[in-house]
Amino acid sequence: MDIKSFLDQDQKKDLLRLLTAGSVDDGKSTLIGRLLFDSKKLYEDQLSTLERDSKRVGHAGEEIDYALLLDGLKAEREQGITIDVAYRYFSTAKRKFIIADTPGHEQYTRNMVTGASTANLAIILVNAQTGIITQTKRHTFLVSLLGIKHIVLAVNKMDLVDYSQEVFDNICEDYMSFVTQLDIPDLTCIPMSALKGDNVVEPSVNMPWYHGQGMLEFLETVHIGSDRNFRDLRYPVQYVLRPDREFRGFASRIASGIIKKGDEIIVLPSMKTSKVKSIVTYDGEKDYAFPPQSTTITLEDEIDISRGDMIVHTDNRPRIERHFEAMLVWMDETPMDLSTHFFIKHTTNNAKARIDKVQYKVDVNTLQKLEVGHFELNEIGRVVITTTKPLFFDPYTKNRQTGAFILIDPVTHNTSAVGMIIDQLSSKDLPSRITNMDKEKIARGEALISRDERVAKYNQEGETIWITGIHGSGKNELAFTLEKKLFDNGATAVLLDGSSVRLGLNRELDYSPTDQAEHLRRVAHVCRLLNDQGIIAVCSFISPDESIRRQVAEIIGKDRFHLIHMDASTEYCHKNNAEFYEKAKNGEIENIPGFDLPYDVPEDAVFKFNPEENGSNAEIILEYLAKKKIYPVK
Amino acid sequence: MKDYSLTNLGELEAEAIHIIREVAAEFENPVMLYSIGKDSSVMARLAEKAFYPGKVPFPLMHIDSKWKFKEMIDFRESYTKEKGWDLIVHYNKEGFEKGIGPFTHGSKVHTDVMKTQALLEGLNKYKFDAAFGGARRDEEKSRAKERIFSFRDKFHQWDPKNQRPELWNIYNAKVHKGESIRVFPISNWTELDIWQYIRLENIPIVPLYYAKMRPVVNVDGNLILADDDRMPEEVRAKAEMKMVRFRTLGCYPLTGAIESEADTIEKIVEEMMTITKSERTTRVIDFDQEGSMEQKKREGYF
Repeated sequence: MDIKSFLDQDQKKDLLRLLTAGSVDDGKSTLIGRLLFDSKKLYEDQLSTLERDSKRVGHAGEEIDYALLLDGLKAEREQGITIDVAYRYFSTAKRKFIIADTPGHEQYTRNMVTGASTANLAIILVNAQTGIITQTKRHTFLVSLLGIKHIVLAVNKMDLVDYSQEVFDNICEDYMSFVTQLDIPDLTCIPMSALKGDNVVEPSVNMPWYHGQGMLEFLETVHIGSDRNFRDLRYPVQYVLRPDREFRGFASRIASGIIKKGDEIIVLPSMKTSKVKSIVTYDGEKDYAFPPQSTTITLEDEIDISRGDMIVHTDNRPRIERHFEAMLVWMDETPMDLSTHFFIKHTTNNAKARIDKVQYKVDVNTLQKLEVGHFELNEIGRVVITTTKPLFFDPYTKNRQTGAFILIDPVTHNTSAVGMIIDQLSSKDLPSRITNMDKEKIARGEALISRDERVAKYNQEGETIWITGIHGSGKNELAFTLEKKLFDNGATAVLLDGSSVRLGLNRELDYSPTDQAEHLRRVAHVCRLLNDQGIIAVCSFISPDESIRRQVAEIIGKDRFHLIHMDASTEYCHKNNAEFYEKAKNGEIENIPGFDLPYDVPEDAVFKFNPEENGSNAEIILEYLAKKKIYPVK
Repeated sequence: MKDYSLTNLGELEAEAIHIIREVAAEFENPVMLYSIGKDSSVMARLAEKAFYPGKVPFPLMHIDSKWKFKEMIDFRESYTKEKGWDLIVHYNKEGFEKGIGPFTHGSKVHTDVMKTQALLEGLNKYKFDAAFGGARRDEEKSRAKERIFSFRDKFHQWDPKNQRPELWNIYNAKVHKGESIRVFPISNWTELDIWQYIRLENIPIVPLYYAKMRPVVNVDGNLILADDDRMPEEVRAKAEMKMVRFRTLGCYPLTGAIESEADTIEKIVEEMMTITKSERTTRVIDFDQEGSMEQKKREGYF
């Protein structure tokens, strides 16, 4: 073979990222050192430095202390422990390897989790003399939690147990019975002596009873190509390229699935559809692209798309939710504080998030679930998270790219926690801290009558019609008309509007933004109580603030909150409520949304109404309620 | 059946492009540090690929220690011009006027004043909040644990014990005003990957990387190029012609040449596959003191 074709061949090698877990006693450093050494990745000068250092600061007596090669930082070397993840590189004729080398101590769970997050395979080392220990179980749990599909149990130091098949078989059996409770699709056990070189690179002559592959051969041949998710297209838009007026390219590193020219796609969250016009790269146009390629596409139609949006196939969509459950690993020295509003980063999306509830903590040594109020450094458990805007995600077990996120502390900007999404949470189970307290109070009364019984009695679902709009836009006219028509038709409805609520329930509150928020929070809770008891609530409130309307929807329950927007012109409002606006102009009253305070026009309203058609508008809502089977149910 | 597998180089390229785009999207004022070396050449190509068919949305900045090889400066000018890059060249004016140089002040002072300080000056001057560097984790022990997004405080210092966890490909890009991030998109590349990629992509590199007959002087076991009149004459007098090339290019005369016959990219890759010494043996600055790279990094050097 000439040099050119040899090199062409060589650069077709693929890449395997692996994690090694175990402690110094298991011979992990020796194994890595030998892999590097035997694959000629250790240079002469590094070796002589190593020999010099081994004599000076080594912990391995007269032998070469491979740990010195691996422990990079001065502080670690002096303490003789690895305190972080270190990455090592070597390649053979068949593959290139990146080793994430992580220490085994319990307090370094976060490092192990970090190393595991990018690995395809994990080597878990055990000492043949001690067998499966707590640490082995901990490592295995973390590796399976992070979704690594291939595990090699390296039973090391076989030379110290006389290369006994019985010892090896017992350890493997122990391990197998432990891993049945975890999700590990591919497991291999290899008996080894890293120090003597048995089954690392060369097959062992001391263990003729073992017929499987040696470590390196296994690493070179294990099939990882099908580990990626090629089914579900998830194209998180990372960057929008607009070099000139004509070209609008959407750049992304494909998270999963295949994207092809001509594919019908839908953009989240705008729900606009189009077709893939071209796949553009520096090396020419392509017909298709696949994960984990970084690529750029253009679309047939001009659609407004920005970073954080996600392009998917029309018939295969991710979850689009603000509430989900996740396994969370606490990475920060500062313990978890449930009142913190974190930044969340998920694919290319940035939002704010808060931890609503800690379901339980997992004891990483026993896998027991413990009830706790918060997590400290290196603790892991299940939590409920709420974000300020919907995320487009899949369960982590189905999709490592769209199921992972990090939480960033808003003050220190540290990466406080990392999470793996389990799944969305239905709003019925939403354990928001406010609703939780209420739940307990209401629970006593509710336990006696079931929801179904209420629905049967009233022939209606207890839901809320919330009408928003500025002063004079005709909210009250619509609300009162609607209440009357519902009553006439036989429904059970309650009307709430600003002046009646402020007369009693909220009489101590003024019109400042803080008090406005409190005012609406109370109203929302009243609606919730009414709805819980099967009553329809018809509400008429200016509620100018988008975030507060969302909070209201959250308290009431998103799926029983129906927003109506009275979209009147300013002229109409001023004419309709002339006296009021006259006072405002004279400065006698202030804090008026749409006048001296902003009014956020809702984008998610079910209807946008013109006030001059109040009679028919109420009819439209009645039709809507009938269609949705809110009233009448039958 | 279509092939949905990526090669090692394909995967490294995809990762690097993702990192580069992520920085462009999340930071206000990024810059790509450009050393004119092979790693910089690869990094610049990756940036061109990341924003194709658009223009790269950030400039290149070369920290000129004023002791670069002449051929490097020529290459810098022609390359950036041809590719239409915005190029910033910054040097430590005060140090230059004081005549700081490796022959007169030693490698430690020279590196500190003309490289580390000059870099910090340059970053402060233009208020860059993110700076790409071409460092690789396989280069040196203290790099093996450095993050891809490596946080620096407002004094540009690196705290190895207080690094942000970095998982999956989700990078924490939050910084306060005055703080910054150094970003290493080719962290996971090895020296051999770099050469193979240069060959595969046909990336132009400084001719000093190719073997040629050149005058060199043996200084403490390092072959130092003797074609520069800044070298004291009595040293230059000892020069002899040898077939040499450079494996890394730092500051003249802090970088030694290696004897080699590799005058084509194929021969270089082949040589890399069989070489028995590590890359940094030809960098004189590393031998100053143990852990010297770590020390420099803490102080703000790349």
